[in-house]
Amino acid sequence: MELDFSPVFSGWPNLLKGAVVTVEITAMSLVLGCIMGLLVGIGRLKPQRRIIYTLCTSYVAVIRGTPLLVQLFLLFFGLPQFNILLPAFVCGVLGLGIYSGAYVSEIVRGSIQSIDRGQMEAARSLGMSYGTAMRTIILPQALVRMIPPLGNEFIALIKNSALVSLLTIHDVMHEGQKIISVSYRSLEVYLAIAAIYFVLTGLTTLGLRHIEQRLRAGGMVQ
Amino acid sequence: MKTQKPIVHIRGLRKSFGEHVVLHHIDFDVQPSQVVVIIGPSGSGKSTFLRCCNGLEQPDSGRVEICGHVLSDAGQMLEDQALNHLREQVGMVFQSFNLFPHLTVLDNVAMAPRKVAGVSRQQAEAQALVLLDKVGLAQKAHAMPASLSGGQKQRVAIARALAMQPQVMLFDEPTSALDPELVGEVLQVMKLLASEGMTMMVVTHEMDFAREVADVVVVMDGGVLIEAGPPEVIFTQPTQPRTRDFLKAILTRT
Repeated sequence: MELDFSPVFSGWPNLLKGAVVTVEITAMSLVLGCIMGLLVGIGRLKPQRRIIYTLCTSYVAVIRGTPLLVQLFLLFFGLPQFNILLPAFVCGVLGLGIYSGAYVSEIVRGSIQSIDRGQMEAARSLGMSYGTAMRTIILPQALVRMIPPLGNEFIALIKNSALVSLLTIHDVMHEGQKIISVSYRSLEVYLAIAAIYFVLTGLTTLGLRHIEQRLRAGGMVQ
Repeated sequence: MKTQKPIVHIRGLRKSFGEHVVLHHIDFDVQPSQVVVIIGPSGSGKSTFLRCCNGLEQPDSGRVEICGHVLSDAGQMLEDQALNHLREQVGMVFQSFNLFPHLTVLDNVAMAPRKVAGVSRQQAEAQALVLLDKVGLAQKAHAMPASLSGGQKQRVAIARALAMQPQVMLFDEPTSALDPELVGEVLQVMKLLASEGMTMMVVTHEMDFAREVADVVVVMDGGVLIEAGPPEVIFTQPTQPRTRDFLKAILTRT
């Protein structure tokens, strides 16, 4: 059997366009996921606030307990039954963001709870409110501890974003499949797609490592 | 002295953790500018007692009044905002320092005045430098806490508490986590505060400090305040056998 990469080369501009869509959709759902994760993670800190705690905990349980593909299909194919027609791209961002938020929230919660109790006590005994203490004392320290697990989550998100190709979104996966459908060169094109994802995740890893090193150099981490 | 209104006024204070009762019905007053040293075996409830005085622990019952405000009454705490406000007037120094590791020494001291009292950055930092100078650490203003020795950390923690200009300072075993050679520098700062008329409640095992600085020595055991009096009385003619046992144990330790 001979390998023929010429369809990859001729289709390269489309693959790159797809890669840009993949980056866009991942970046947006990353922001959404981080915001949701932060809110939900903090919402799960105090079981005494029963309503917020229950809502947040249920969200994490449902989202983590069901497949991402099913969640995406519910948004894209399910919601129209209620006459809610969202553009595919919006469904993709919402689906990935909501999914990622559940995982990020556990990272946020774990990092905050790993900060020594004495930090909150010291801040409160100086007269700081819970919110001020959280913002100025706890979260900056917790953020540094979040970076390694968040790196895992970001990378998982980039790869999971391939599923949105099934919502007719023209991401790198979708573009690749279009090339395959006319060239029948599955192996070569999928290898090229894998390489593009590998570069994207690699760049993310390097970027996060850089941020972590800068924080360490700044004395944020002992 | 006796006619002054006490700055700390505690009646019938009770605190338990689950089944375990840590404080049984404690009555106690502290007068302004008094230095009260609380001693007793570990697990006697000293730290919990102190933490009830700034609302880090919520008493089950009894009444805690501090700086003219009712902090807690019959298990009911002051509501959150008023509690925060009251805590500005009650400084606390912890055994484990609890400095903020992500902030410079200067920011550790200046943060609360800025965020809580709304003091401008410039003014808060100027004031922080004065306080750091007072504890002998002005030259460390831009260092990170991780680079300091234990004694230096604790002195920064004292400066941090002083930055809110408290009326009462609570010290929870401030030298217990220090290497022996570093204890002196922290006690020195505390003596300075005492000489300036700061009202202080100090939980410690430093008997020399108690003897030298305390106006009142309080002995606690098993969640009960078993004896209180001037150091010369407590250390030479304690009335309670448990006080004698404790003092014998701790004074023959070295």
